[in-house]
Amino acid sequence: MNAPQPHRVWNQEAQRRQARLQRSVPFAHGKEVAPADMVSLLEALLEPGDRVCLEGNNQKQADFLSESLAACSPQRVHDLHLVQSVLALPSHMELFEKGIARRLDFSFAGPQAHRLARLVQSHSIEIGAIHTYLELFGRYFIDLTPQVCLIAAQAADAEGNLYLGSNTEDTPVIVEATAFKSGIVIAQVNERVDRLPRVDIPAGWVDFFVVAPTSNHIEPLFTRDPRHITEIQVLMAMMAIKGIYAEYGVERLNHGIGFDTAAIELLLPTYGASLGLKGKVARHWALNPHPTLIPAIEAGFVERVHSFGSEVGMEAYVAARPDVFFTGADGSLRSNRAFCQTAGLYACDMFIGSTLQMDLAGNSSTATLGRITGFGGAPNMGSDARGRRHASPAWLKAGRERSGGGTQVRGQKLVVQTVETWHEPHHPTFVERLDAWQLMEDMGMALPPIMIYGDDVSHVVTEEGIANLLLCRSPEEREQAIRGVAGYTPVGRARDRTLVENLRDRGVIRRPEDMGIDVRDATRDLLAARSIKDLVRASGGLYQPPKQFRNW
Amino acid sequence: METLHLELPSLQDDTLSPQTLLHGVVSSGNLEVLVEPGPDAARCVFEVQTAAHGFSEVWQAVLCDFASRHPVGGLTFSIHDAGATPAVVSLRLDQAYQSLRTS
Repeated sequence: MNAPQPHRVWNQEAQRRQARLQRSVPFAHGKEVAPADMVSLLEALLEPGDRVCLEGNNQKQADFLSESLAACSPQRVHDLHLVQSVLALPSHMELFEKGIARRLDFSFAGPQAHRLARLVQSHSIEIGAIHTYLELFGRYFIDLTPQVCLIAAQAADAEGNLYLGSNTEDTPVIVEATAFKSGIVIAQVNERVDRLPRVDIPAGWVDFFVVAPTSNHIEPLFTRDPRHITEIQVLMAMMAIKGIYAEYGVERLNHGIGFDTAAIELLLPTYGASLGLKGKVARHWALNPHPTLIPAIEAGFVERVHSFGSEVGMEAYVAARPDVFFTGADGSLRSNRAFCQTAGLYACDMFIGSTLQMDLAGNSSTATLGRITGFGGAPNMGSDARGRRHASPAWLKAGRERSGGGTQVRGQKLVVQTVETWHEPHHPTFVERLDAWQLMEDMGMALPPIMIYGDDVSHVVTEEGIANLLLCRSPEEREQAIRGVAGYTPVGRARDRTLVENLRDRGVIRRPEDMGIDVRDATRDLLAARSIKDLVRASGGLYQPPKQFRNW
Repeated sequence: METLHLELPSLQDDTLSPQTLLHGVVSSGNLEVLVEPGPDAARCVFEVQTAAHGFSEVWQAVLCDFASRHPVGGLTFSIHDAGATPAVVSLRLDQAYQSLRTS
């Protein structure tokens, strides 16, 4: 056995942390930093090459801290490695343009997708990898642990305890990884109060906080105005509810955020109730508080919702429905992205969502040329969890269908893609080759950015019908099943009509009439709310929509 | 605006009421279909005004399927598509046909 090396120092990280705190002393009063001193504090504390998590969620943004970091001198602060889930703000991109940051590991860049692609092509940024949320959170504890994190909270007290408000999102996982590996935690808060409604992050984990000059920015990303839901979406929602929710008895689920799934939410209390499904389907949800879920909650369809984040305007409604939502002792929503993603992956029997493109193997992608959007959480929701072991009727039935009558050792998650065959004239959803392949070549990526892998997809719903891919026995059958619901797109018109009719006879493809659905019934009258105002009314006036959605 | 004129063979159903029938509303961003008696009992006439250019091949496929799916000989369908997708076109035509059967 080797003897311990006598000169090895075992707390270098803690020593480095102490040195950072020492350098910060002139710019803070205890833990509180004046807004005007934040740039100086960051310049004193950061070291070139540091791994920094600048909290950017898909909703809440540490915008003041991001602007402060972007205002640092690139001579003092440079070559940072950013490890954050979402790039949403212009100041996030400035960091790379100025050379303050050089390397990036992230999940989603929706609003900055164009600018990010340009930075990649001009070699102004190195991308480590594009992750799903859970994947990135996992790496925070393995090989991408932040040395400094810059987070956003609702309020702080004098000691530095933090209250996160409704939009908890990523904050707990970021702070856990940073604070317990000798990192520095800096928070921006909207207000300093004497007594917090509840303590979400204890002061012992927080090194500095600043009362930002303006409240942190939150985007209402999950509000869908029912006015824009079309009859085609109503028809597809009817098929999904009757052909999948009812058929498999799906009680635990996650929905995507588009109008297709908003239509389903608004059809549950009307069409769903007429099929006698209340109490039998859609009872437990991993979902943000979507305003379009209000009628189904009020009707008693939805029993429980755990959320990734919150939604602007839903605060009072959520606080008034604590039996449905997770709330703190203070009454406000407690969300948590890491836990809700885990719930969506392991505790839900179905994911249903939309996409921009799908190929003949069922691979789908939201990538378009010249934009790097990333993944977010959809691949966690929209994948069969191979580590799952607990059974449920929906999971077992899907597994039986996939195994084709052979010995069954596992179930299968229902991963449903609901798409119209065309987005608009000249933009078919079904394609021979995803744009993702071209994007991979243009951006020098290792793999095409595929959102949902085809071999995870169980059903494809279009206005033409439902294709059950679990029942396909070969890649050829799978291809014809997809062509068989691809409508008048070039992919759909190239179907083998005999094979498709054969698949229909076997129930692999089902048309509306095969499910006893009359297309004439697919009208907007079926929607439990046809406007934002209807949603406000359904909430008893508790839902307070942001002003861009107030159209009365 | 592009205009398409198509005459397609189709079976005739004497029980369909040939009164003028309007389905859908263009101003709602949706498709409008007007059904009237046509000149030839063995053929269905389609007059399409479409906002989408270079889309006539898809239009033909949609209308051929419709004329073979339902007995619509002896009828004229005038369609303003308002940029609608083939999904909306098919849905509206099917709805118009179903309404003819029951009116």
